[in-house]
Amino acid sequence: MESFLSRYKNALVLILVLLLQVIGVAIQVRRPLPKEHAQPDAGGVRLIRYWAISLVSPPERFVHWLGASILGVWDNYIDLIHVRQENKDLQAEMRRLRIQEGAIAEDARQGQRLQELLSFKEKYIYKTLPAQIIGTSGIEQSRILSIDKGAKDGVAVDMPVITPNGIVGRVREVFPHTSQVLEITDPTSGAGVILATTRIRGILRGNALGQPQVVGVMPDDRIKPGEAVVTSGGDQIFPRGLAVGYVDHIVVDPEHDPLVDVVIRPAANLSQLEEVLVITNMGDEITPRQKLDMIQSEAVASAEQLKASEILAEKLPSRIDPDNPDSDTGSNDKVMSEDSAVANPMRPPPALHPDRFSPNTTPPASSLIPGARLAPQSDGVVTVARPRPAIPATTNGTTATAAQKKGTDLAPGEHSRPPATTQARPAAQNAAAGVIQPHLPATTQPHPAATVNAGHGSENGHTFARPLPSTNGQNRTEAATPAKPKTIVVVDGPLPGGVKKPAPTFAPKTPSGTAPAQHAPGTQPQHPASHKGPELVPDDGSRPPPSMLKPKPQSTAPAQPHGGRP
Amino acid sequence: MSRLTAATRRDIEVQSYPLILFVLVPLLALGLQSFVSLHFTHFDILDLPLLVTIYFAISRRNPMVGTVAGAVIGIAQDALTRQPLGIFGICKSIIGYLAASLGVRVDTENHGTRALLTFGFVFLHSGMYWLLVRRLLAQPYAWSWVHESIRSVVNTVVGVLLFALLDLAKQKEY
Repeated sequence: MESFLSRYKNALVLILVLLLQVIGVAIQVRRPLPKEHAQPDAGGVRLIRYWAISLVSPPERFVHWLGASILGVWDNYIDLIHVRQENKDLQAEMRRLRIQEGAIAEDARQGQRLQELLSFKEKYIYKTLPAQIIGTSGIEQSRILSIDKGAKDGVAVDMPVITPNGIVGRVREVFPHTSQVLEITDPTSGAGVILATTRIRGILRGNALGQPQVVGVMPDDRIKPGEAVVTSGGDQIFPRGLAVGYVDHIVVDPEHDPLVDVVIRPAANLSQLEEVLVITNMGDEITPRQKLDMIQSEAVASAEQLKASEILAEKLPSRIDPDNPDSDTGSNDKVMSEDSAVANPMRPPPALHPDRFSPNTTPPASSLIPGARLAPQSDGVVTVARPRPAIPATTNGTTATAAQKKGTDLAPGEHSRPPATTQARPAAQNAAAGVIQPHLPATTQPHPAATVNAGHGSENGHTFARPLPSTNGQNRTEAATPAKPKTIVVVDGPLPGGVKKPAPTFAPKTPSGTAPAQHAPGTQPQHPASHKGPELVPDDGSRPPPSMLKPKPQSTAPAQPHGGRP
Repeated sequence: MSRLTAATRRDIEVQSYPLILFVLVPLLALGLQSFVSLHFTHFDILDLPLLVTIYFAISRRNPMVGTVAGAVIGIAQDALTRQPLGIFGICKSIIGYLAASLGVRVDTENHGTRALLTFGFVFLHSGMYWLLVRRLLAQPYAWSWVHESIRSVVNTVVGVLLFALLDLAKQKEY
């Protein structure tokens, strides 16, 4: 036995060594564990690999440091032409990009929120770690890169590794100070990609020649060389949309005959890599730097928006009232000072040759009279005011009070509006409440900032209608001015039941357009004997009666729609 | 043919090297293989750890030393790759054993002999590697006779030069 061992000791040692290694290989290639328990290597293998890398990495780091030092001496002390100017340009570019980055990050967060709403998760790049490549596997069959960043730098397994040009691979093994990166050209790698134009999805793997290819693709004539390939994000490793490369050519898959493999020309120069970026954070977190950038970008955007609005407001011609520029400007300034967020009402510029269609030439709605003719008959246009529900006397006080209260609640800018809108609201509210009443015309107020007190005839030189209770249950409004010619009012639809030609009171417009005599508060104006109520005509879609086509020369301004603004 | 066999005492003498050389040379080979391939893509056609294994095996003329040296260097090379530890270890263990066994019988001081041995061992190494990867690991690995021939020739040329360089450090023992 002893002679056998001594005679064949060399062969026995060889067999023993081979046997141990085969067993070791068999242990390593056993069925992989579930993903949550899976590790790239078992503990013992990882230790051996760590020893080997720890032995090999120092000389690699030294050689790399030596080369970098030589290049650094050249770059930092010799080749410094135009560095200052370039530095200034780059700093300016960096500031601009930081602002853009903040805005883009905000957009990305918004997109992420929307995707969460759609239950679709997509990863975004939030933090990268630059790393130097210090070595490779050194053999053709294994496309492995060694980088100088490890677990103590925040690198973890399956982190994507990219360059500005395109993806490189993913982290396969992590050691305290170094890591291994599996390139996309390795046959065991895998990345979800999509062809940019044809939108064909596939899995990217390396072939035996070290070229990345999209495997198992259905033959498609649309796939042409030069088509861009980007990551699809479906592998949950690479973020979506990163450049992968371009279609180089198409080969038939020898193992799956109908299918083809699309060979890719990598966008990143994988054979000349020196620096890469490890994407270390793709979650929802944002860095303080990004937060600061976002705040800065929002502040800049707000300032630009405010500046633009001020410039626009200054350029608007309606900002200055040609008749009373001081008061208008002052009011606008006041509005701006009270609340800069409230926009001034925009008004069109004055017309060079005003006509009745020009803006600001029509009288305010408060000065219009229902049924009054505003267009000459010769135009062939019959414009009459439609009856609106009048404000009953019993509720007028509250309504007017509400109107007054509402007027006080209006935004400052609304005080500059003609009061017709403000005073037409109670009537409109009553109409909305289903109160069918004859229309009470709005007050005739030459000045838009007049104060209206319900139940009072006129005040401050303004004339307005005043509702009075009628004896037949109908609300009757007494006009403050003497009655004028007969007015025809077209009502929407048939006349209300039980009401036959009610006789609402109007404040007919005088030929001069000014308000007639004022009434003292609480006094009943005298009705002229010649005054008659307007003739109510149902608006059934037919032409107005011929009596309406009589000319009315004293009224030239067109009627305003109900509640319309000048 | 007689020039290729170890017929004289000089031919079969055991050459020894400083111990530090047994550590530094394989490490340097692994480091160079890893680093130079980063900047010269086609440098990976070389297999410096294999050449170092062959050299120490045929120089020491001890199959056990050749086997263990091949296993250690191969496992270290495996550690730098993505494949399981032991693939290169198995290949280089066999190469080390064969190289040491042949080193006893042939004149390894001759450059022609070294070239022939290196060419054959590189080719054999590739064949064993292909066999292990394809059959044991069931992973894709394309075999190309042309490529492997070129690879063997390149490694042979570099190996002969490397062996001559390493001969400068050897210490003869009688």
